[in-house]
Amino acid sequence: MLEIKNLHARIADDGAEILRGIDLTVKPGEVHAIMGPNGSGKSTLSYILAGKEDYEVTEGDILFNGESILEMAPEERASAGVFLAFQYPIEIPGVATMTFLKTAMNAQRKARGEEELSTPEFMRRVKDKAGELQVTMDMLKRPLNVGFSGGEKKRAEILQMALLEPSLCVLDETDSGLDIDALRVVADGVNKLRSPERSSIVITHYQRLLDHIVPDVVHVLSKGRIVKTGGKELALELEKNGYAEFVGAAA
Amino acid sequence: MPAVQETIDRVRSIDVDQYKYGFFTDIESDKAPKGLNEDIIRFISAKKDEPEWMLEWRLDAYRRWLTMTEPTWARVEYPPIDFNDIYYYSAPKTAAGPKSLDEVDPELLETYEKLGIPLREQEILAGVEPKNRVAVDAVFDSVSVVTTFKEELKKAGVIFCSISEAMREHPELVRKYLGTVVPVTDNFYATLNSAVFTDGSFVYVPEGVRCPMELSTYFRINEQNTGQFERTLIIADKGAYVSYLEGCTAPQRDENQLHAAVVELIALDDAEIKYSTVQNWYPGDSEGKGGIYNFVTKRGDCRGKNSKISWTQVETGSAITWKYPSCILRGDNSRGEFYSIAVSNGCQQIDSGTKMMHLGKNTSSRIISKGISAGRSQNTYRGLVSAHRKASNARNFTQCDSLLIGQDCGAHTVPYIESKNATAVFEHEATTSKISDDQMFYCQQRGLSGEEAVALIVNGFVKDVIQQLPMEFAVEAQKLISISLEGSVG
Repeated sequence: MLEIKNLHARIADDGAEILRGIDLTVKPGEVHAIMGPNGSGKSTLSYILAGKEDYEVTEGDILFNGESILEMAPEERASAGVFLAFQYPIEIPGVATMTFLKTAMNAQRKARGEEELSTPEFMRRVKDKAGELQVTMDMLKRPLNVGFSGGEKKRAEILQMALLEPSLCVLDETDSGLDIDALRVVADGVNKLRSPERSSIVITHYQRLLDHIVPDVVHVLSKGRIVKTGGKELALELEKNGYAEFVGAAA
Repeated sequence: MPAVQETIDRVRSIDVDQYKYGFFTDIESDKAPKGLNEDIIRFISAKKDEPEWMLEWRLDAYRRWLTMTEPTWARVEYPPIDFNDIYYYSAPKTAAGPKSLDEVDPELLETYEKLGIPLREQEILAGVEPKNRVAVDAVFDSVSVVTTFKEELKKAGVIFCSISEAMREHPELVRKYLGTVVPVTDNFYATLNSAVFTDGSFVYVPEGVRCPMELSTYFRINEQNTGQFERTLIIADKGAYVSYLEGCTAPQRDENQLHAAVVELIALDDAEIKYSTVQNWYPGDSEGKGGIYNFVTKRGDCRGKNSKISWTQVETGSAITWKYPSCILRGDNSRGEFYSIAVSNGCQQIDSGTKMMHLGKNTSSRIISKGISAGRSQNTYRGLVSAHRKASNARNFTQCDSLLIGQDCGAHTVPYIESKNATAVFEHEATTSKISDDQMFYCQQRGLSGEEAVALIVNGFVKDVIQQLPMEFAVEAQKLISISLEGSVG
């Protein structure tokens, strides 16, 4: 599904190197957690996967279903099946959430050479998924993310993920800013999407999200490298001992 | 990256490729000689078979115009206009007074078909629900070629015809109202218009009548070096209501063409006029060559008590726009509204806004202006809100929002507020924002192309105004805005 090979990347503006040789293979159906202290490059990795222009890949490659995606525009990656749930979802004033959902779904369908969704079919899909995520009709009519609470923003992200049906879901600190009830709703939404064909990368600081979304593999990222890989018990270990050990090792 | 080159090429080719109304119709026309003098005015007046008083009115305007100078206070730049290098009258030869659609030159009908404007009443009847029908007056260069649904409107008592016809058929109405909102002496371009105006639409909705359908005029400049000087006069008598829409296009040409129109609206007691414009004149190419100079005076007079006039405009075309649809709030409790979307791209220059003049008691006005600048364009909002001494309890709310796309464009807001009455309450809010890289990336991550992302964000930005347009035109306007901004993502 996803193969990251010796990935080096820096900030395009000032040349600061953030990723220093990442190797990561995610097989279909697997959920990988990436943990690590602030500034270790977790969010950068998610942005580079999605194709944000602010970063420059200097070495290495990212293969998605066997093909390099480095030259692909963000929207091409999206239509190919890469989805990023943002840590800080962006506000789009004046654009109803419903309108945004329809535009995004149809844009991806068009890129893949599929028919646009009819309005009744679209409404049916939205109603199904929105109900599961406790997203109300009222919220769908409001402009996307404008005035949304932290929990509403994250639920809206997962709703988009559920409707766009990506094959690779990247969740960037989806647990930040959520109380425990909201966390459960979001985690349930993610778990429902687990399937043998779909893989996820869950980026987080904390073990608690991983109680709800149980990963197959846990990686520790520090100073732009993966310094430790293990099973789900690794997350518990980190929760107990902190990152100090790994930060030291990478330095 | 090859994508960057592609973007640059697209930006270079904007307007030229995208102005889809840039075709020219090869049709024989009847033209007056180039230039402007009293003989030309006599020629126009004679062509239109006008009464003597009308000719005198024109000549007075012309003599006054000779003493005037062009206004220079607007934030627009252009080389001096040679007013003697323009044709002031051009009419399609066969179009002289068609009685019905069957007599209209098929070439002309085809032109309007290409523009997506249905002139054949039958087709409209077959395809659309009766309540959604739109009566159209089509103006080609200097003359009105056809007006649809006249008979049906007549049954309701509504007069909708070309202004030339109104002068012949309803001289008392024209004489009573023409020039009473925009006087002959008003300003350089309005005075020029008064001298040489060739056609335009006339609407009279009698007392207590709600006009049964949308009225619409489509203006098309076709001939080279021709100016279009139309004059529109709309009167809503006591308790009447009318909704009117104008649309405009022109062929792509290397030289600039002048469009100096005057629109006068008069609302008597309890009457309401809603005037919408979708202006899509040729904007010139990406280097600023060619395009229409749109120097227009539009003013509405809320003459009666409880009257209401609402202007909604979507401005995407013209090389230069100089236009301030205004309301004189004369009647007590009258209300004026101005909703505007002004989109500039390439080298377009826009200096537009409104004037709300509160004269009567308890008058209120609302201004919502959304300016979007892209490319190397300059987009200025200029507005005046004034309360006169007797305008107690005047209220105004103004909101001016500007959105910038790219690094090389400009947005400017110049509001004037004058209050001579202590009870007036005027509010002004303004914002300037840019489409952020984060917004773009977010949309693209969801699968939207750069252009789809811009279109979506811009449509969100202008939503408040789009909602004011008649339903039939809201979708059209949204598409038009997207097309105008194609190639603006660098």
